Amino acid sequence: MHGEICYLIVKPHDCDSICLTCSTAGIFVNGGIDNEAEEIDYERHSEIYKDLVTFLREKSAKFSENMSKQQHSFFGDKKKGKKKSTSVTEKEEVCTLSKPSLALEKSPSEKRRTLKKLEPVLKWTCPVTQEKKNSAKESQDEKSTPSITEKPKSTSPPTLAGKPQSLSRCKSSVKIEDLVSESSSESEEDEEQPDHRQEGQTDLPSEYWQIQKLVKYLKGGNQTATVIALCSMRDFNLTLETCQLAIRDVGGLEVLINLLDTDEVKCKIGSLKILKEISHNSQIRRAIVDLGGLPIMVKILDSPDKNLKCLAAETIANVANFRRARRTVRQHGGIKKLVELLDYAQSKTDPMHHHCLYETKDVEVARCGALALWSCSKSHINKEAIRKAGGIPLLARLLKSSHQNMLIPVVGTLQECASEERYRAAIKAERIIENLVKNLSSENEVLQEHCAMAIYQCAEDKETRDLVRQHGGLKPLATLLNNTDNKERLAAVTGAIWKCAICKENVTKFREYKAIETLVGLLTDQPEEVLVNVVGALGECCQEHENRVIIRKCGGIQPLVNLLVGTNQALLVNVTKAVGACAAEPENMMIIDRLDGVRLLWSLLKNPHPDVKASAAWALCPCIENAKDAGEMVRSFVGGLELVVNLLKSENKEVLASVCAAITNIAKDQENLAVITDHGVVPLLSKLANTNNDKLRWHLAEAISRCCMWGRNRIAFGEHKAVAPLVRYLKSKDTNVHRATAQALYQLSEDANNCITMHENGAVRLLLDMVGSPDEVLQEAAAGCISNIRRLALATEKAKYS
Amino acid sequence: MYTANRKRLQKLTDCTSKASKHFNRYEIECLIKLFYTLLEETAEKQSSIGIDRNAFRNFLHTTFGMTDDMIMDRVFRAFDKDNDGFVNVTEWISGLCIFLRGNLEERTKYCFEVYDLNGDGFISREEMFHMLKNSLLKQPSEEDPDEGIKDLVDITLKKMDHDHDGKLSFADYETSVKEEALLLEAFGPCLPDTKLLKKLFNPKKKVPKGTMRHHS
Repeated sequence: MHGEICYLIVKPHDCDSICLTCSTAGIFVNGGIDNEAEEIDYERHSEIYKDLVTFLREKSAKFSENMSKQQHSFFGDKKKGKKKSTSVTEKEEVCTLSKPSLALEKSPSEKRRTLKKLEPVLKWTCPVTQEKKNSAKESQDEKSTPSITEKPKSTSPPTLAGKPQSLSRCKSSVKIEDLVSESSSESEEDEEQPDHRQEGQTDLPSEYWQIQKLVKYLKGGNQTATVIALCSMRDFNLTLETCQLAIRDVGGLEVLINLLDTDEVKCKIGSLKILKEISHNSQIRRAIVDLGGLPIMVKILDSPDKNLKCLAAETIANVANFRRARRTVRQHGGIKKLVELLDYAQSKTDPMHHHCLYETKDVEVARCGALALWSCSKSHINKEAIRKAGGIPLLARLLKSSHQNMLIPVVGTLQECASEERYRAAIKAERIIENLVKNLSSENEVLQEHCAMAIYQCAEDKETRDLVRQHGGLKPLATLLNNTDNKERLAAVTGAIWKCAICKENVTKFREYKAIETLVGLLTDQPEEVLVNVVGALGECCQEHENRVIIRKCGGIQPLVNLLVGTNQALLVNVTKAVGACAAEPENMMIIDRLDGVRLLWSLLKNPHPDVKASAAWALCPCIENAKDAGEMVRSFVGGLELVVNLLKSENKEVLASVCAAITNIAKDQENLAVITDHGVVPLLSKLANTNNDKLRWHLAEAISRCCMWGRNRIAFGEHKAVAPLVRYLKSKDTNVHRATAQALYQLSEDANNCITMHENGAVRLLLDMVGSPDEVLQEAAAGCISNIRRLALATEKAKYS
Repeated sequence: MYTANRKRLQKLTDCTSKASKHFNRYEIECLIKLFYTLLEETAEKQSSIGIDRNAFRNFLHTTFGMTDDMIMDRVFRAFDKDNDGFVNVTEWISGLCIFLRGNLEERTKYCFEVYDLNGDGFISREEMFHMLKNSLLKQPSEEDPDEGIKDLVDITLKKMDHDHDGKLSFADYETSVKEEALLLEAFGPCLPDTKLLKKLFNPKKKVPKGTMRHHS
């Protein structure tokens, strides 16, 4: 019996019993069982079929019909089927065919098994590699695709200045996700993962049986017996997965949830205590939601009993850790009720003598409410729901308290929600920043971390940046930089510093606190989450001359340049920005050049991500401007100029603008200008001319005006129809665009044909307005252009009449 | 309505209010009035000693929805401190004090008294069995219906018997209740359901400051 795995008796609906052998080669009919001798005739009596399903399809029309009705995916070798839907009464054990590795359950030597009446196994143990597990007990409609059923809302488009790095618990790549309305800022590790049962339950632990017994008492007992059983159940170590799953497997979850629906307070309390513990397990959470546990818990929030409120809220906090759960909470009015719980902690001026008792309980209620809201707030729509339910003033009030346990979820919620713009306005109004700053000096590290995180979120907004400074928040932030042990906190703090540093006055303060030196010290040996923020902060600081000098003096340039070789996209964006900012100083530029920084920047132009490309191109501009022998340097990069010119084919506006700016700088050197002309820069630039994007227009016009200064480029621009669109730029509202366009037109107007085109397109009148502009460069260029056009006109007239 | 002499009522209120810490004067007056109402309704003999067992059980049943005869009986015994078969006014007030508003310590003592059927200071296995006798639905397929109950008793004992002597002393019971408040009424409901408490005082009356606020 070589290669044989097991023997089956199959009884399809419309045929007789068939005896099969399953082997590594396939399935075939064997000689059947001789009942008296209880032996199987092992001879092959039919063809070999690939697997059981194919065989049955052949043999049984009914089966085949049913199979074709199925919607499940049919994995080649592995058999998979929903037990409920097949009408074939199969008496068989599960086997994965042609996979002898799972022979542990079935081996040909266990003949006696196959001879008994095999009963359908309730659980399908399927190998883990399958995408979806089937289980008779699992809900059938579990779809694991995150279905985007709601209308997508758009939030602010991704900002160029580097996205915040995803922290393990917090936001994953940010704004792009937020475009999908029902998204969560939780990293998707907790998304609906396939449920897998334990493989081959060989030996069930004794807890399993005991739990099963207790569940029996829960089902069949009155309130007294139920309470006893519930209390006893808590004696098990409910943090162990085996116990948790045991409860689920014996139907305990249904009973526990049913108990929540009764009127008996003690039962509810007992049940919630258990559910709260076991819902730390992600499979249990899903099961609870599947069984409709959440709406019941939400209803319990209305109960007058504070214990119940707390327990229900805490359980919801645990369960609402995945998208569907958060949605369910909201759909059943849970957000509103949770926000009401926040209203519990009254102010301390209440003079009732019973007050101290109530205060602790009330604080507990508010704390549990905040915990639940924190979990729920990870969903985008819920953030809005919390705000609408009046959550912000309540959170603000709670923020003034000194109960640390309560502060953490409150700040956590605020921090989650602060990523929304509407929240930021409300946050400013409620003086929340003041309290966040105050709690930065708390002793509790987790609290500090979340406060810093909240500040980071809020500081997207200018007013907040000022508020942070006014409330003295910058100093504690700078001080916290010195403590590098707690990496999560460090990431949050550096993030907050980064965003605050967008404001110039804050940078001055940071310089006072010697934060810049500390930041430079953090450029090495830190995890990426921290680095992104540190570099971002340095990039902002380097907008000022003094800080650029400081960075050079404390040796910050080398580590920055070293970071140019990473792969982390957000980090690269920030690093390029920082290096570019530093390059504004000629002395810094020397160092950067020496360290081969320019070449590294240039190679980043090949990076697949457009943000990185654009940022690198922007950074190259000051590099080229401030380098010694810039022309030589640029020429030394093999294929560099061609690369840049080809980037003009990109579709990303930011990339295009940045590349044009780079070309403007490159073209200052005549030789290089010749090279890029050869590479076809003129037609490529001309093709871009038809745009409404002011930023692109600005830099494009500058590039064109530079490129005119070589050979017959002027004429070529005219031939490629770049002139007429340029004239339209004069209608824009942006003075930068005007200036650049006037310069470009001035250069182009050296060629007669271009003058004609400009005149035809009404350039003269537009330029006349600009002659009176306060901007000198614009004045000159406009005037020069008009004079060229005029001269041509005069010359033409003269020619006519002579 | 028993037309209690106003003065007598006052005097009664005075001495009982000093003894009970959890009620204010107004509430005590209400309770006393209630007492006399019950007395009048049920006693044929117009005895002025106190409420007898049946009347008391009736009261427990109608006001608090209690149904377990045995427990109700034990509650009566706990109220009837002098064991004369009647609950007089003082016993009524002091009993209700604990029954309605006792703190955890008072209630623990009270419940233990209720559950300790023979009053020997221990809750024995047999007593537990007796009280839990009807707490499980009898399965038709079960061979020994008592097996479940015995098992429950074992579970309870394992959980609550801290000195491992096979029975629950007051210390055992107290410790268990401190750990897990749900076990206070482990052997049967002998305290009123919080929801029904509000019925006791006429809702029109102003709820005094000392009472629980969020109790709506």
